[in-house]
Parts: sequence; C-alpha cells; structure tokens
Amino acid sequence: MIKHLLTILVALMLWVPNFASAADPKVAFIYVGPVGDGGWTYAHDLGRRHLEKMGVETTYVESVPETDSERVLRNLARRGYDIIFTTSFGYMDPTLNVAKQFPDTIFMHASGFRTHDNMGNYFARMYQARYLVGMVAGMMTKSDKIGIIGSHPIPEIIRHINAFTLGVRSVNPKASTQVVWVNSWFDPAKEGAAANSLMDNGADIITITTDSAAATQTAAKRGLYSIGNDSDMTLYGPEAHLTANIFNWGIYYEHIYNHVKNGTWKPSSDWWGIETGAVDLAPFGKMVPKNVQDMVMAKKAEIASGEFVVFKGPIKGQDGSTAIAAGAVPSDQDLLSMMYYVEGVVGDIPQ
Amino acid sequence: MTTPELLTIILTTAVTMGTPLLFATLGGVLSERAGVIHLGMEGIMLVSALVTFVVDLQTGSKVLALIGAMMAAGALSGLHGFVCISLRGNQIASGLALALFGTGLSGLFGDALIGSTVTSLNRIPIPGLELIPIFGSAFFNQDWMVYLSYFLVAGLWFVLFHTNWGLQIRSVGEAPIVCDALGLSVTKIRYLCVIFGGMLIGLGGAYFPMVLTSFWVDDLTAGRGWIAVALVIFAFWHPGKALWGAYLFGAAIAFQLQAQVMGLKIPSYILEMFPYLLTIVVLTVVTVRNRRAGQTLMPAALGLPFFRGDKH
Repeated sequence: MIKHLLTILVALMLWVPNFASAADPKVAFIYVGPVGDGGWTYAHDLGRRHLEKMGVETTYVESVPETDSERVLRNLARRGYDIIFTTSFGYMDPTLNVAKQFPDTIFMHASGFRTHDNMGNYFARMYQARYLVGMVAGMMTKSDKIGIIGSHPIPEIIRHINAFTLGVRSVNPKASTQVVWVNSWFDPAKEGAAANSLMDNGADIITITTDSAAATQTAAKRGLYSIGNDSDMTLYGPEAHLTANIFNWGIYYEHIYNHVKNGTWKPSSDWWGIETGAVDLAPFGKMVPKNVQDMVMAKKAEIASGEFVVFKGPIKGQDGSTAIAAGAVPSDQDLLSMMYYVEGVVGDIPQ
Repeated sequence: MTTPELLTIILTTAVTMGTPLLFATLGGVLSERAGVIHLGMEGIMLVSALVTFVVDLQTGSKVLALIGAMMAAGALSGLHGFVCISLRGNQIASGLALALFGTGLSGLFGDALIGSTVTSLNRIPIPGLELIPIFGSAFFNQDWMVYLSYFLVAGLWFVLFHTNWGLQIRSVGEAPIVCDALGLSVTKIRYLCVIFGGMLIGLGGAYFPMVLTSFWVDDLTAGRGWIAVALVIFAFWHPGKALWGAYLFGAAIAFQLQAQVMGLKIPSYILEMFPYLLTIVVLTVVTVRNRRAGQTLMPAALGLPFFRGDKH
C-alpha cells in the first residue's frame, strides 16, 4: 500500500506538460502490479514496449491500487494521453467515471464488461492455450496426477483449470488434476511449498494460475515437470519447463493504436483468441517429444480455424452430471461466469 | 501416505517456511528488548534478499552473500537507530518509512535481475539425529541456515537472560533513566541492539534467495516482514517463544496446503485465518494471566525516546 502511494507520488513528481500532435496518439497504461512481477503486469508491459519499438510515445504507472486509480487516470488524461489502457478488473468503474469526464480520450479496460462512447474493453481467450498445455501435461505425465496451484477461486481461474483439465483428459482419460489454492496472486515461497505438497502426493507435473516461477523451480529441483503461466518461464528450470500459456498483448495494442490513429476506432468488447496470436504457447522444452509437439500444434491450428471449440458439449461436471449438453457451445457470458469443475478435477471449489 | 510420513512432511514445511520468520522475529526481539520498536522489517528483508541475490550471482559464494546481506541490513537498521536514538524521532514513523524505503529500493535495483537465478542451499543431514522418528528429518535434515537459526535462538536466550549484557539490554528497555544513572550508556546499548537486531532480520531476508526462491521478483517476501512484526509481540519478546511462533505460522501454511491435497473438507480461508486466530487467543490468555500476576511483558520503555536528564 505504502509502496503504491510512493509510486503515485513519484509519478506526480515526473509530471511534465506535453503537447503532441493528435496525429500520433500517445498511449498510457496503468498497472495493478509491478512491471517486475514476471507475470500478468510484465506481459502487459511487454505489449507497451512493443508500441515503443514502433516509435509510439508511451508511459505507465505501476502498482496503482484500484481504490486510487481514478486520480491516476484523470491525471494521465489531463496530461494529454490519447489512449489509456487499464489492466485490472478493479479499474473498471474508475475507468468509466474518468472516461465520462474526458470524452476526447479513448479508454480501454482489460478483463471487464463495461463500455462507453469512448471506452472499450478487451481480454484474450487464454483458456484456449490452457487446453493445449493441458494436452502436453496429459501426454507427459507418468503418474496420471497433475497438480495445479490456484490463485483465487474466481470464474476466470476456474475456466482455466477446466480448460486445462479438458486438454489433459482429451489425450489421457485416466489422468486427473488436483488444485491447491494459495489464496494469493503472488507469493513465491508459498507457491513453492504448494508445489512440494502436490508432488509429495504423487503429482509429477505442476502448473500454476499464479504468477511466479517458484513452481517451475521446485519441480526442477525434484526432477519433475512444470508448465508456466502468462510468460515463458523456461530459464527458471530449462529441464523442467515443458511449455507455458502466454499472452502477446503487443499485437492487440498495435491494433487499437492503428484504429485510433486512422480515426476508425469504435467502442467494442474484444475477446481475442489464439487465431490472432494474442494468446500463444511458449516454446516447447526439449523433453517434449516431437509427436506430442505435432499433436498440440495440430490442435492449435484447429482451434485457430474454429474447427475445434474448447468448451463444446458433451462436457461432464465433476460429479459426472452433464455440465454442457452434447453439441452445445456456452455463450461468452456463460464462460465468464463459470463456477463449477469439470470431470477430472479432484477437490472442491472453496466457498 | 502413513501418518508419521505426513507429520514429517508438515513439520519439514513448517520449519522451511518458519525459518525466515524466525530470524526476523529474533531481530525484532533484540531491538525491542532494548526499547526500540522495529516496524521496518519488510524493507530490511527485501533489501537483504536483494543483496544476497546479487552477491551470490557475482561471486558464487553463499557466505559472502550472507555477510553482504547482514551488512546491508545492519546499515539500514543503523539508520533507523539514528532516527530513533540520536534524533529521538518517532519510532513507528521511522520504521514505516524504512519498510517503504526498503521495498522501493529493492524494486528499483532488482529490476535488472529479473530472469537470473542462483542455486539454493543443499540439505545437510545431521547423522544420528535425522533418524529420530517424525521429528528427525524435519528438524535435522535441513540446510545450514536452519541450524544457524537454532544456535541463534539458544544464543539470544542465553545472552538476554543469563548474562550481564542481557541484564543491561533488558534494563535499558525497561528503565533507561535508571541505567543512565548507573553509568550505562543507553545510547550505545540501544544502537548495538538495533544494529545486531537488524542483521538478524537480514538473515531472514537472505533465506529467500538462499533456500526458498532462488530467482528474483519484486516483493519476494510477500509481506512476511509484517508477520514477523506481529510475531515479536506474539513471542512476548522472548527468543524461545519466537521459535514456536514462527514454526506455528509455518505449520499453518503447511497444514493448509496438505489438507487441500488430501481433500479434507476445511475451507482454505479458515485455515488461512488459523494462525492469526491462534495469535489472538494466545495473546489474550497470556495477557490476562500476566495481568492477574501483576506483570506486564512489554518492555516498559518500548517506543519511548530517551532524553538524558528527563524524569520519566
């Protein structure tokens, strides 16, 4: 909290009035975490750096508490930034409030559902990549037990656990996944301990919905495998890291930037999938055999072409009942509110 | 899995997760016994973790890394001492400022390290002792920093309660005016305790890159410095109780994870609350008991700046 205040203070001290031509939109980002988190915020910042490389003027304010985001947003808008990306669910209402006050500025909010004349929202279908890395885990496991370190039991994370498990079971119906919740987005020491607990219980592959590379490192120490999350974590355990599901936000940010620059931007809700490249897989580790890689890449192409849909019935719930009827495809709204486990996940969702 | 195996797993995790808390709590105990509140632990731990990481990366020497961490932690703590002892500033404000400063500093200089890794310490089993059922491998098949923490608990306990130095330290925390009248240097004793205490806190920070997470990310300690602040009170400023407190927190984490793995139907939020609840219960019981006995456990002069010649 104090660190956040300090960050804001520093941001205010660096305040410099700037008058650029409207022809080259200036882009600002506000982040909920530090750019050094190696996960969520880091991935967004790679996207920002992608814009910088294109010669776009950008800035960011990191570790902004959701409760204080309105002030930071207003400040950025006043400083003449033309596009402001807000990258945490909790920024949604603050973004809308500020968007109403600055009709000439374009606001883009990640992971929410509100839009306005000058505000759009966006997200990426990470669950598609989760399915693919699940396939890798399903084929690589020897114990048929795969551990998942869960952050917080919210629909996004439940959806990712389910997609992963569907991927695992599509290639290995005997295998199951087990979730241990650490109730934190980021606590490397606890993530390491959770990985150990899962492996003590027989899991031979660990994946995470948290952000640090602790699980990869723990798996490497024990000679087992891991699957990273949000960014490529190979260097933390080259002999353990099979692959990871990753975001490439730069592709999306470039798209929005171009639309604003050309005057063709309209408020929309974008949920980009694997076909755009905004969601992808990290390079495979050398432990992953060629035939496994080929199978996964073939499935990736099927998802990208729309030939295969991850959440398409029949899909059974954890207790064997029908969760999604045969042939049915849940709406995005259903996906966004998913709060049940599919068959193959061991354990309960904390209430 | 058999019950003894399970207990061993939980105890092993309890020790591993508890050790950084233990170091920091011991540091807090020493500093506060001499009358100086230390709220800057989170900042000191992060800076010392960073220094450990950098020195290890540059030299490959764990010992040098540890020395570097202790020096950095001692220096930062000395700064806190300067504000609290020499300038007689507000100890709480100074501690909070230090926590903030350390967090920012480690984030700033740590940025370039993201992506590098160091090796972590190996476990060194102690022949004989490690064979004790259930407890042996949890307590005696650990890395050398864990063994160091055992010696520090015993050492600090011995010094505080069985030596003349300890008597002086405790007196300075209880009645500095009397110590001053007796010719003891309150300033000197407080400085030494704050600086050495800071070094112990630094060991807690060093434990992260040494054992727990041998890569660098922002906020590596994830708030454990604040838990240590609470543990100092929980331990009633006693090194032995600090050991139990730290392991209790570690055990709560271990139990929470293990219960989920085993499918025990206890909501993880309740397990998460458990150590804090227990802290409140223990604090209440002990406080009531001691009040009946007419004792207070907090050093009487804790948090009060010392002015020579004052009559309080």
